[in-house]
This record gives sequence, C-alpha cells and structure tokens, in this order.
Amino acid sequence: MAEADDRRRPPGSRLIWPLLALPGTVWLALLFVAPLYVVVAILFGGTDPILREPVPVWNPLDWDFTQFTYVWDHIVGSRPFFRPALVRTVVYVTIATLGCLLIAYPVAYFTARFAGRWKGVLLAALIAPFWISYMMRMLAWVNLLQTDGLVNRALSAGGLFDVHVDWLQGHAATVVLGLMYGYVPYMILPLYAGLDRAPVRMLEAARDLGASRWETFRRVTWPLSRSAVVVSLLVTALPMLGDYFTNDLLSGSPSTSMIGNLINNSVLTPGQTGQAGAFVLIILVVSVIPMVLYVRSTRSGADLMS
Amino acid sequence: MTNPVAWYRNPWRKPWVLGAVTVGYLLWSLLPVAVAVLFSFNAGRSRVTWQGFSMRWYYGDPLRSVWHDSSLHTALTHTLWLGVLATVITIPLGVAMALGLDRWRGRVPAGANLAVLMSFVLPEILIAVSLLFVATVLVSPLELGTSGQVAGLVTFQLSYPVVIVRARLLTIGRDYEEAAVDLGASPFGAVWRVLLKMLLPAIFASAVLVFADVIDDFIIVRYLSGDSTTEPVSVKVYNTARAAPTPALNALTTLLLVASLLAVSLGFLAFRVLTRGEKNAAGLDVFTGEA
Repeated sequence: MAEADDRRRPPGSRLIWPLLALPGTVWLALLFVAPLYVVVAILFGGTDPILREPVPVWNPLDWDFTQFTYVWDHIVGSRPFFRPALVRTVVYVTIATLGCLLIAYPVAYFTARFAGRWKGVLLAALIAPFWISYMMRMLAWVNLLQTDGLVNRALSAGGLFDVHVDWLQGHAATVVLGLMYGYVPYMILPLYAGLDRAPVRMLEAARDLGASRWETFRRVTWPLSRSAVVVSLLVTALPMLGDYFTNDLLSGSPSTSMIGNLINNSVLTPGQTGQAGAFVLIILVVSVIPMVLYVRSTRSGADLMS
Repeated sequence: MTNPVAWYRNPWRKPWVLGAVTVGYLLWSLLPVAVAVLFSFNAGRSRVTWQGFSMRWYYGDPLRSVWHDSSLHTALTHTLWLGVLATVITIPLGVAMALGLDRWRGRVPAGANLAVLMSFVLPEILIAVSLLFVATVLVSPLELGTSGQVAGLVTFQLSYPVVIVRARLLTIGRDYEEAAVDLGASPFGAVWRVLLKMLLPAIFASAVLVFADVIDDFIIVRYLSGDSTTEPVSVKVYNTARAAPTPALNALTTLLLVASLLAVSLGFLAFRVLTRGEKNAAGLDVFTGEA
C-alpha cells in the first residue's frame, strides 16, 4: 500500500520524511547515545595519575578493567563496601513500589468506576502533584517532619504524650514513605487509563452472575488491568532507581543511602568518576531488562488483548 | 438491609472503602503542600509555628525575601527561562521527528525509534551523568551552564512530543493528507497546511507537559549547572532545605507553583479551544498519556 502511494506522488515526497526526522535523530545520537558510550569508555579507561582526571579509552580492545573489577570486588567480594547500598536500593524500591500500588490501585479504580460527576474534579486533583514541583513536595515534608514539626505535634495529641522522633535522621521508613509520596502520582495515571478502558459490562455481568466483589476483582478486573499494572510498576520503579535527592532531603545519612547516592557521591569526586560510571551502567542494565521483557510480553499478548 | 452479612454480600453496595481510600490519599497528597504554601505567608521566620499573616517573605523583608534576595529570584527567573528555551527547542524538533518517524522505514529510523523509547523510560540520572562526563572530561562544545542545561533537558524531553504526536497521527490516519495531495498540494504543503493544523492540540498538550516537566527538573539541571547563577529553584531547595531555611524558600516554591498552574490552565484553555467541535477529544486523554 505505502509503496504504491509513494509511486503515485511527485518525486521528493519520499525525501521529506527522512528530512523531518533527521534533526531529532542526530540530536539523540549525539546527546543521548554517544554520551552513554562515553560513560563506558570512562569506566573502562584509566585515571590520570597526577591530575586524578579520568582518561577515556575508546577502543574496546584497549579497555582496562581495573575500575570495573574494583567496583565488582566491593559488591560481591570479601569487603562489600557498596553492597549494603545496592541491597537497600532493591528493598526500598520494591517496598515503595508495592506500597504505591496498594494506594494507587484503589484510587484509580474508584476514579474510573465510581467517581460519577466528580470525575473531572477528581482527575484534576490526581494530576495536581505533576504541576507541583517535586522538590516543593519534599520541602513540605521536611517542614512537617522537623522535631518540633506538625507531625510530632499531631502524634503528641496536644501535649498528652511526649513525642520527639527525629524523623529526618536516617530512618528507612521515612525514606520509603517519601519515595511513595513522591512517585504515587506517576502510578495512578497509567492505572487509571487502563482501568477506565475496562469494559463495565463485563464487570456487571460477573456480578449479575453471582460473583462476589472479591471474585469479580480477582477473576475479571485484575486480569483485565494486568498490563496497565506492569506499565505503572515500571514507570514508578525505574525513576526511583536513580533517585538520590529524596534520600538526601529526608534522611541525609549514609545508613539509608541507595545506588543513586553512590553515583551522586562519586560523580563529582576526583578519581572516582569511573565508579560513578559503573553504577550508572548497573542502573542501565537493570532498567533495560524489564523493558525488553515488557515489550516482548506485549508483542505476544497483543493478540490476546484484542 | 439491616443484616451486615447480606449488606457485605450485596455486589451493588456503595464503594465506601474505595471512596475513603481515595479521599484519604488526596488529603495525604495535597495537605502537606497546602501547609507549605500557608507558611510562606508566615510573619515570623519559623516554618512550624504560625505567627500571623504577612507578605514578608515575598517582598517585605529587605534582605531575605524572594524579591530582595538575588539568589532566590535569580533561581526563579532562571527556572522559567530554562522552561521557555527547552520547550521552544524540544517541540519543533520532536514534532518533526514524530512526523518523519511515522513514515520513514529502514534501519536508521528503527534505531531512532529505539533511542526515543529508551530516553523515555531510562532514569534521568543516566542522561545527566553521561552529559556531565561529556562536558567535563572531554573537550566538547557542550558546556556547563545554561546551554548545557538546555541541551540535557531537550534530550530528556524530546520523547514527549514524539510519543504524543505519533499517537495522534495514528488516530488521524492518512486520508486527509492524501486528499490534500490529490487536490494538488505538494507533499510539504499537505504536511504544513493540513496535518500540522490537525496536530495542533497534540502539539499544544506536549508543549505544556514539557514546560511543566522542565521547571520541575532537578537531576539534569543540577549536574549541568555552571555556577550559582544557573541554579534553578529545585537545586536551590535541595541545597538549603536541610540547612535551616527561612519561609522565603516556601515563598519561592509557591511562586513556581503559581507559574506552573498558570501555564497549565492557559494550555488547557487553549487546548479546549483548539479541539472545539471534536467529539472524542475529551481533553484529559492527552495529559494522561493515553492519546
């Protein structure tokens, strides 16, 4: 079809599409793909012994694995200096993402199915955090969680109890709750989009045929929304992997640091840029794998859905 | 009805629990920000004790208000400036790319598609660190400061217009454009005068999204900032939030919030005007990433 169209059209009509796509393609090649290779070249390059500046090595044949093995040894070796932060990243991100799902699913479901004439208002309120700066939302919590802040005052119930919790001094719970607070909005929208599309008639049929609420959810709603759930988990978990500022603002203690903090602490330190490159590549690999799996699953599941 | 078991079993009962969770979530989500906005009007310098209403932290205080402290209002103007610059570059680049990738077949466009997808989902810190390395380790035209920040932001945001416009192209189809060509328009004319007009709502929506996302950006603008004059609001908040700031910081973020809400409301109004008469353009679809 397309080829026949092109033949009918005047010459030059085929050139127009490459010409339109070219600037953006070149931009991404120069400023997205090539810089990722620079990270690799720096990780497998050397360090200037005097200036402590990284010396990138472009040819893969000349790569020097010293920095890579250094990082690797400190993750799996006998002195696992970096391991706690990596384990913490996995644990925090998992808990925070599942916590987000526990909040986001009911909210998205309620908005899609039961909001009625409040739907527009509700959607606006759910989108609102997108227009509020992330840092402002974190700043709000920094204020509330001060030792003399409103949270402790609310907990002391007007002076009945004496509450002096240092929420901001390296508590894992604060960091995980902060991550949840920060990223829930990103999860609600794709979930809402998926649930809003679910055919209401099918859900009503299930209930008419005698399924309880739980049965309807387990056998109809949940399977219908599964792909939306996967997407929402991805868009929430991946950015969390690179997050270091939530941690810095709400804890600031090495006892809660994650892989993002490792990157942030080493990237600006002379002589440690290679390390930062290694951690960046870990994040790259960890985020690409679920993406590939997702793309594959949607390809095979595309027929099933329609 | 009085039997609680029967009530529980009734599949048509009102979803009280879901409603309560939703209301609870909204309170949890928005109240802290409301408190932060409230304390930007505090008369004293406390961020936890209310000492009366004043505009002190906006312009009243001769030293530390947003109006008088140059480091604060520079952060605000720089943030908005970055938002404008990045949006103005990203949108034409992205729209052209979306149009081109929609029709161009072959290896290069396939690779470009993959790059767009990757830049869409990969954590921002990857782009930030790699561009920081390019700017600091290599001898390259990329420099720290405003130009570097804009380059990084455009790279990160380019996928938004591409994804949104391509989704819209899918629903438009080829018919209008082919009709235009049949009626004597050049291929370029068909794109310029027909397709682009029909894409206007999608272009607008992506411009609003990009602008709002850029003024909220932190990772890229922090790593690629040159000196303190190129530090936007988010970096300012990060640097001072834990170091006993005054409510002027709340005032600064409140002003940014106002700017963001203004941009979004204007964008939404314009979007409604542009999609007037279209049945399926419910409006919010584009913003939820659906369209």
